[in-house]
Amino acid sequence: MLYPMTRFDWTLDPFRELHRLQRDINRLFAGWNPPVDQFPALNLWSSPDEVVLTAEIPGVDPKDVDVSVIGNVVTLEGERKEDASIPAESFHRRERENGKFMRSVRLPYEVEADKVQARCENGVLRVTLPRKESTKPRRIAIHAE
Amino acid sequence: MTTQSTEVQVQRNEQTRDLPVLSPATDIHETEKEIVVVADLPGVRQEHVEVTLENRVLTIGARSTVEEPAGKELVYREFGPAEYRRSFTLTEEVDRNAISARIKNGVLRLTLPKAAEAQPRRIEVLAEG
Repeated sequence: MLYPMTRFDWTLDPFRELHRLQRDINRLFAGWNPPVDQFPALNLWSSPDEVVLTAEIPGVDPKDVDVSVIGNVVTLEGERKEDASIPAESFHRRERENGKFMRSVRLPYEVEADKVQARCENGVLRVTLPRKESTKPRRIAIHAE
Repeated sequence: MTTQSTEVQVQRNEQTRDLPVLSPATDIHETEKEIVVVADLPGVRQEHVEVTLENRVLTIGARSTVEEPAGKELVYREFGPAEYRRSFTLTEEVDRNAISARIKNGVLRLTLPKAAEAQPRRIEVLAEG
């Protein structure tokens, strides 16, 4: 299992765990659940050799995103910068949030930090994390006597 | 015997696709000369965006197409292929020929210049006497 983690203080919202439960149950019935309360929204795929993570980061300059790996935890960190040229009083509607974000995911195995690849296309980040060679299962030959 | 072939006009209605329809987060701001609409459309390619302005209703329609890894097990999902659709009613007359739209890093930016008659005019105040 993979366990997405977050640094934000979840203790501030007593209903958070309930929302999460609701979301998990909804996910059992639907393919996925569009309203995600965390930025960026993540998807994860795994195979015995690698993990692929995708994240929706519209409006984030790829230069402002940091992907770091410590052991089996991968962290996405970055900032969506505000367009400072717009005076606040000229907004009719403001729904796109700006600021710093960070999300971490614990992976099922350690990954080769040097071989992690990340690319960004149309506001979607895709990170490929190959499994560390030393953690791959080894086949043990059984000799018949 | 002749058979008359009738061409069936198939209206392209994206809502018939079995995709969730999302309302993209949007910022709208106004300057003296233009109205700017900025919408988050992650995973949308340039060719899959459609912006229409009919009467005073501005509609943004888009479809996200994100290539997903094949041959791997999906273990966690928070987003997926989707349609984006949202309409706004403009209160100002805009110059239809000068509307520009561009998409970058999954963010659509529409610039709608106000029509000349809708732009503020400075009225000179003359002192009498």
